[in-house]
Amino acid sequence: MSEITPERVAHLAMLARIALTDDEIEKLTGELGAIVDSVAKVQEVATPEVAATSHPIPLTGGMRPDVPGQTLTTEQALAGAPDHDGSRFRVTAILGEEQ
Amino acid sequence: MAKAELMDFDKALELFEPVLGFEVHVELSTQTKMFSDAPNPAFGGHEISEPNTAITPVCLGLPGSLPVVNETAVRYSISLGLALGCQIAPTSRFARKNYFYPDLAKNYQISQYDEPIAFEGMLEVELEDGTLVQVPIERAHMEEDAGKLTHVGGSTGRIQGAEYSLVDYNRAGVPLVEIVTKPIFGAEHRAPELAKAYVSTIRDIVRALGISEARMERGNLRCDANVSLRPRGQVALGTRTETKNVNSLRSVERAVRYEIQRQAAILAKGGTITQETRHWHEDTGATSPGRPKSDADDYRYFPEPDLLPVAPTPQLIAELRAALPEAPAARRRRLKEEWGFSDLEFRDVVNSGLLVEVTDTVAAGASPQQARKWWTGEIARIANAQNAEPAALISPQHVAEIVALVESGSLTDRLARQVVEGVIAGEGSPADVVSARGLEVVSDDGALIAAVDAALAQQPDVLEKIRDGKVQAAGAVIGAVMKAMGGKADAARVRELVLERAAQ
Repeated sequence: MSEITPERVAHLAMLARIALTDDEIEKLTGELGAIVDSVAKVQEVATPEVAATSHPIPLTGGMRPDVPGQTLTTEQALAGAPDHDGSRFRVTAILGEEQ
Repeated sequence: MAKAELMDFDKALELFEPVLGFEVHVELSTQTKMFSDAPNPAFGGHEISEPNTAITPVCLGLPGSLPVVNETAVRYSISLGLALGCQIAPTSRFARKNYFYPDLAKNYQISQYDEPIAFEGMLEVELEDGTLVQVPIERAHMEEDAGKLTHVGGSTGRIQGAEYSLVDYNRAGVPLVEIVTKPIFGAEHRAPELAKAYVSTIRDIVRALGISEARMERGNLRCDANVSLRPRGQVALGTRTETKNVNSLRSVERAVRYEIQRQAAILAKGGTITQETRHWHEDTGATSPGRPKSDADDYRYFPEPDLLPVAPTPQLIAELRAALPEAPAARRRRLKEEWGFSDLEFRDVVNSGLLVEVTDTVAAGASPQQARKWWTGEIARIANAQNAEPAALISPQHVAEIVALVESGSLTDRLARQVVEGVIAGEGSPADVVSARGLEVVSDDGALIAAVDAALAQQPDVLEKIRDGKVQAAGAVIGAVMKAMGGKADAARVRELVLERAAQ
């Protein structure tokens, strides 16, 4: 049986800052549950020798040399900002603290 | 903020055993950021003062931008892992740590979660009296730093009551290594001291590796200190608090001591400790509660799909291992031996934070005792008076030059102190100060003899005594000559001349 409960969906929605109605929560509980159950089937055939896969193609590396490149100008950086003070982005004060 | 009740430290240690844990963030001094080729503000050579000038589309998480790992940052991280006695993972992965806060524009931080690059280490930390403590390291992982928020409005400039916040993303993406210890047991009453020594050791290591500027006041090195208490005889760990914002070695020590005393007072009354982050306030010497550990920690980590796993070759790891500098504790033992310092002399240098300066001064040619004497004496005195770091005042090279001038007899100690003062005042090199202030010792015997004769003529009674064999009476004449020469004479030579002239 799926671990996805309506409470869990509501919690995830809160973490993702997505407003959901009760109807949507109910619908998503079923849909997400089906996805989780399907993924769980894969675990039945996975053995400890099979490493977890995060990429479809077994590649590693892809690094760059430590050489500075082109930066944005302040104007460019702020061009898409909803609000700014000329040099910094201006955002609504959010209760909390730096992570 | 109500002042928390504190229990006497010794009493607290009688009733409870403190258990420590540390998370230290080290900003790497690579030229560019972790995942972008924007200049890294934590690189010593970059002077970045204007907000949002050291950024690229990657730093802002703009659509279509993709992170690419900085190869040097990976090398630095491996070196640090090795220096902490860690194993290096053959493959390690980046992960997204999801949270909504505007210090990162992407709504997630790229970090490492279940596959850190370095794990299972052991670090030898030396306390002030030379006691060695083994600190178990859980992991050291790579991640990116976040941007800087300035809260505007409200009366205090702090988050409470702020109307809006201004964000500067220059720091966003600066390469970080987070070093996490396992729980540290057995520190007992030396827990605060161990906290300071641990962070200090990390600082020494990253400096020796040349991978970070490691300046705590600039946030290059940041420590979160975890403290929990358990009643004597209890096996289960107590609830811990995590104190953030501890930005100096002294604060680390004070914050741990404070938390032990605060938690003990609560527990002794039958209260419970709230698991939370707390903020250290340097001005009041106290911590205050931050956010509770609850939903905020629901970071929904998952493997970063934009980045490939990092798989350092065994050759690279071997190469970096071979290039590791000596471990700080071993290095100290070697230097103490080489310099022939007593325990006290050596501890004096280490505890004054002048080991690097003395080492460099010796390397520049000064004798160890002279190097020690000048750094822990005159220079430390001036630094203390100016409330500055000794190292910021004068270079080891200049100190070595001054020592050489004293040893060659060109300067007396008294004159040399004036030269030190002049160099610190920005009057140039020791040679510049000597010539500009006219401080060279008078080595011209002709001038000295004239002064000696004049002094003897003025003190005929002393001359009589010297002639009667009362050599110690010469002191008065030597003093007069030194005064006449403005201190710019070698007292030993003057003494010789006084005896010589008196005998004639």
